[in-house]
Parts: sequence; structure tokens; C-alpha cells
Amino acid sequence: MNARSATAATKGRILVGMSGGVDSSVAAALLAEDGYEVTGATLKLWGGESDSGCCSVADVEDARRVCDTLGIDHHVFNFGDEFNAHVVDPYVADHEVGRTPNPCIECNRHLKFDRFLSRARALGFERIATGHHARIVERPDGSRRIGRGADTFKDQSYVLYMLDQPTLAAVELPLGAMTKDQVRAKATEIGLRTANKPDSQDVCFITAAAGRETFLGDRIPLRPGRVIDNTGDVVGQVDSVQLVTIGQRRGLNTAGGGAPRYVVDVDPANDTITVGDRDALNRPAVELSDLVWSHPDLATFTGPVLAQTRAHGHPQPGHFDGATITWDEPQQRVAPGQSVVLYDNNEVLGGGLA
Amino acid sequence: MGTGTTNDSSYQPAAYLDCAATTAMHPAALEAMIPYLTQHFGNPSGAHSMARDARRAIDDARDAIADAVGAPGGGNVVFCSGGTESDNLAVLGPITDSATGSAIAICSAIEHHAVLEAVEARHGLTVAVDEAGVVNLDHLTHLLRNAERPVSVVSVMTANNEVGVIQPIVEMAEVVRRESPGTLVHTDAVQGFCWIDLSDITAAVDMVSISAHKFGGPKGIGALILGDHVKLEPRAIGGSQERERRGGTQNVGGAVAMGVAAAQVAANRNDVAERITPLRNRLADGLTAAIPDSIETGINNGDRSQRVASICHLCIGGIESEALLILLEREGVFASAASSCASGAMEPSHVLAAMGIDRDLAKGSLRLSLGHHSTATEVDHALAIIPTAVETLRGSR
Repeated sequence: MNARSATAATKGRILVGMSGGVDSSVAAALLAEDGYEVTGATLKLWGGESDSGCCSVADVEDARRVCDTLGIDHHVFNFGDEFNAHVVDPYVADHEVGRTPNPCIECNRHLKFDRFLSRARALGFERIATGHHARIVERPDGSRRIGRGADTFKDQSYVLYMLDQPTLAAVELPLGAMTKDQVRAKATEIGLRTANKPDSQDVCFITAAAGRETFLGDRIPLRPGRVIDNTGDVVGQVDSVQLVTIGQRRGLNTAGGGAPRYVVDVDPANDTITVGDRDALNRPAVELSDLVWSHPDLATFTGPVLAQTRAHGHPQPGHFDGATITWDEPQQRVAPGQSVVLYDNNEVLGGGLA
Repeated sequence: MGTGTTNDSSYQPAAYLDCAATTAMHPAALEAMIPYLTQHFGNPSGAHSMARDARRAIDDARDAIADAVGAPGGGNVVFCSGGTESDNLAVLGPITDSATGSAIAICSAIEHHAVLEAVEARHGLTVAVDEAGVVNLDHLTHLLRNAERPVSVVSVMTANNEVGVIQPIVEMAEVVRRESPGTLVHTDAVQGFCWIDLSDITAAVDMVSISAHKFGGPKGIGALILGDHVKLEPRAIGGSQERERRGGTQNVGGAVAMGVAAAQVAANRNDVAERITPLRNRLADGLTAAIPDSIETGINNGDRSQRVASICHLCIGGIESEALLILLEREGVFASAASSCASGAMEPSHVLAAMGIDRDLAKGSLRLSLGHHSTATEVDHALAIIPTAVETLRGSR
């Protein structure tokens, strides 16, 4: 029998998803201080090379050692098959048809909450927690919403827009009221080895050295494409049409001089990229598919919203009619496949894919 | 449900059923090694009497191990760090007439990764196994006859570490001698040594690997036992130890303890197997009866004649062993599933895949392995706990 957990635990069992970074390390520590019986778990998602070694071994080691420091149990869950099926394969398939996927959102949707929560419940944990910079806001009617984290620059509410009421009721986000500096200070104060670990960047299954092009090129044949302007004249070429994203400026091999030109359309079926000036990139509206809402009552929502189209983008005002957001001012075209998240002030209502 | 238990260093599980992973040291082996870590700490490569004492101790251990595996004389026992290094050395080390740099190696598809990856490094081929996990000798014959390059080594394990299948090593060696006389034959007996008298096998093959911690010795010491004719290129260079077959100061205490433990195994093997076999049978029969949709992996009609006495391996439908092991640990049952990757995550088993077991079913694998110190009480505890834990997991879906 574990003496520590038997005496200290009062708030029930909670399983904390630990990536090996400072945020989830501190999240686990705070929950333990708060009286939860905490166990850490690291998800093994990607089986190939990553920037922290094969299977992210160094990150798993960090998580394990932090748990040792905190005196809590630690497990590793291999969700590799599901990660491939729900995140990696769709990531490749999206690029093949010229869409711009957000693998972190798909991972949250299918693995870090859904699959992780069902595993946690199977093991008798009442709740789960993560180190995301976001809050869970309890509303007067008892429902819950994701709210923006206190650290504006680190806010991760955008990537959590898919969480529904049952999930929100089972999740703790202990870092929501903290800035990143405060998180690091806390980690230093309690002697966690991850206190000064750099933040993770970019897509976990793509290494900085090999890059997206190598990753995709190993899985699908990358085709060269021609770059045309709005008159149909060929003005450049690209090596891999599947790697081009709406709004991109560089790497189009167009002649220099003149106003900057942006990718305004990608047509992989015809291996064609269309470029245009800043105005040509803007759109009055964006239509959404695959809509999900934090609460079932919102499924019929229409009205004014703030909508965010990138993880660290600025929310823009518009009007949502049930399928389409019409912007108050024209906005840069959202790449097909990107998530658009709808906010009421700082609270997430839901979102969908452009 | 109990609470997490692993952080208490004094914790002893109610049922330690992971003896194929490692065993507790035999008290006599522990006692024997301590003087070589304290007063007799000499380096066996030196010239003075302390060095000679250490050297004598190592050579006595060599003799004990040679005797225990049925090898003539002790001179060809090469000490190394354990089973993995021994396997590596056997596959990658041999200097044969055909080893011109282009030779390949062959092993069964269910070898430990220590063999499998070494064979891969030699651009090797794998021999199929049947549904029971037994190596297909017709396929081996086919591979040897059709190999495009010379074959330096064929390696097949004595008993598999996951499911415990005993392989027909003597027959396998006969096939190799007939089809490819210049090829060396190796067997990884890391799991087999505890349960199988190796005399006939040692006589039939050229190289045998064993690892001390699987049979009551310490971790960090293993051996490759060689036929007189086998010439090895060392993998660890820069020292002339082990007759220039493995550089580096020897683990004297480890070798001494390994010798004692090996002698214990050889002396007591039949008695231990006689006691453990019915315990394992009771465990396997009880669990498959109590857990719907569970199978004893690769066993038909309850015939366990081709299994080592220690291992009960199940595939349980509709659950994931990763979660099951956590529940079992909470209730004091320490077991394992497939092999772990570097992160500690469970990897889908290549052994079960080679036996043709469906990947989803293989995710519900459970290996319960007994050892010389296993008791009926431990088996009873496991029988009481495991079916309930499976039910809990199935109910949560």
C-alpha cells in the first residue's frame, strides 16, 4: 500500500497526460498539491524519428523522472496505431488533395482526450488533466466552456475547441490562470528537471532536420506544379504542389520585383498554384464543415462571433449564419482543412473546418 | 481497488509472475559473489596473487557453466555482459570461410531482438514458424538451398521468451549441416536453460547463449559457449580478455555468481520443473476457463509438450494488456505482455505476428512466467485476480 497516496488523497484519482515538458510537469505537481491522487501517463504516439529521438524517448524519460520527483506513479500508453490512423494518415491524405491539416487538433480530438479519457476510466480514474494553457469556465447554468488561458501568447483554447460537455466535466486544466513564466518559476521552485526545457515546436512527428517535404515525400509522390497569376500566365514553379499552402509567399520561384504575391489557390488535381496580391487573398466569408459545439444547445447558434483561424491568430469579428462566417472586414482566405474556432469573448463556442 | 504500489521500495508483490523477465538471485550465488566485490577485488588480467585469485575464480566459473550446459571443457565459455551481447557476438562475430563480408545470417522469425536485429545487420533472412510457434524446417531448408550469398550463421532459440515454445534445435542443426556444411549454428538458450537440459543441444550446435539473471544470477553477466572450432572476431575491442574474443575487464563477481547459479539450475532442474509444471498448468487451465474469449497462445487441445514449464501465455479478446497490467499490479500481480520499446510502451509482438495471431487479439496478450521461487499461493492469487480485472476492463468499454 502506498502510504503517501493513502494519507494525502482527498479529491480523488486523476490521470495527468505528461508530455515530458514543463507545462504538464507543473500541472501534475499542482494537482498533487491540491489534494488529488495523481498518476502521470505519457502517450507514445509516434513510433518513428522525432526531434527527441525515436519514440520521443527523451521526453518519456523526462516525464518519468518528474513523476519520480513528485513521488507519483507513471505509465506509458502506446496509442501508436490510433495516432497513425487518426492523425498521421489523414495528415498525408490532406496534403495529397491540397488541404492544410492541423494534426495537433486531430490528436486532441481523437487521442489526448477521447482515447486517453477512456483508458483513464478503464483504470478507475475519475478525471484527467493536461498542461494546456486554457481554462475550463463553469457557467451559471452548470455547463462548461473552454476559456482562453491567462497567458495571451501561450493560450491553447484554439486547439481544444472540440471538447464536449461530458469531456469538459472530466478534465482539469490546472495552468489556465498562469503565465508561462509563472509555470517555469513554479517548476524551478519545486526542483523539476523540466523547468528550463524549451517549448515543443511544430508537428511532433516531423523532425527539424528532415522536414515536412521528406516526411511527405516518403509517403506520397510529390509532383512539381506551375504557378500562374489571375490572368492564367505562368509566373513560376514549385517542386511539390502538395506542400503549398494558401497565403504562402516564399518558395514560388516567381520573378522578383513588384508587389508581394501570395498563394490564393492550390489545385493539386491540375498541379497548379494561383498567386495574387494581398487583396486577391482576402475573402468576405468562410464556410465551415464538420462543426462541433461545446454544448448541444449551440448547434442552432447564429449571430455575431469572434473567429480565430490559426493557433496563434487574432480573433476577428463576423456573423455566423449556421454554416458560414461573414467577416465584418474581409479576411485572408483560410486554407481548406484549417480549423476555425468560434468565440464568445474569451470562451469557445465551437468550431469547424474551412 | 487498491492504490498504486510501485513507489514503495519495500513492496513485495503477492504474485511475481514475471520470472522470464528476471529472477531474484539465488542466495548461494549472491553469497559467492560478494568476496569478489570486497576483499578479492583483483583484476584478473594482472600478474600478482590478487589478480591470480580473480583469474582462478573466473576460470572455475567457466568450468561450472560449461558443465551445466554440457560443453566439454571450460575454455570456450566467453563471458560478456548478458544475453543481448552474447547473441550479438554469435551472429556478428564468427570468422568463417564464407564470411567474406558478403555472408548473410538466418534466424527464426520469433527470435529475441538481440538476434533478430543482428541478423538484419547481416542482411539476413528469417525462417517462418507455424501456428504453434515452431520453426518450419522445410522453410529453413528452402532458404539455405536458395540463398544467393553464403550463410555464416543460422540462429534459432532453444525456447521462445514470450510464449515459451521449445524449438527442435537438434533437428534444425542437422538441416544446417546437411544443406550448408560451412555454416555455424547458434542457439539463444537464455530462456531455455532453466527448463531444458542442454547437453544434446550443446553437442549439436556451435554456439550457445545464456544470461545469468534469468536463472538466479546477477544482471550484467552472460556467456557465449563455443565449440572448439569456432573463431570469433571480438565486438568489444581494445583488450585481450576472454582470449581476445571480448575486450574489457571481466565482471569477476558476476561470473562467480553465474557459475554458482548455473550449477544450481543443472542440479535442481528436474525437481523444479516437476513442481512448476502443474502450477503453470493450473494457472493456464484456470484462466482460460474463467475468462471468456481467451486462448492459451498456440496451444491445441491442451498439449503443452512443446512448452517450457514456466510460461503461461494468453491472448485475451477485447482488452489491451497495457491497461490490464496496471490493474493487475494494483492487486499485486506482476506480469508482462509483449516486449517494451525504449520508451517503456508496449509494442505489438513480432512473435505473435509470426504465429499468425491477429494484431488486435495480440494487443490483449498476457505472459505469466514462473520460476524456481514461484509458489502455489502466487498462482492462487493470480487466479483470483486476473479474471476480475479482465471483466473490469471489458465493462469499461
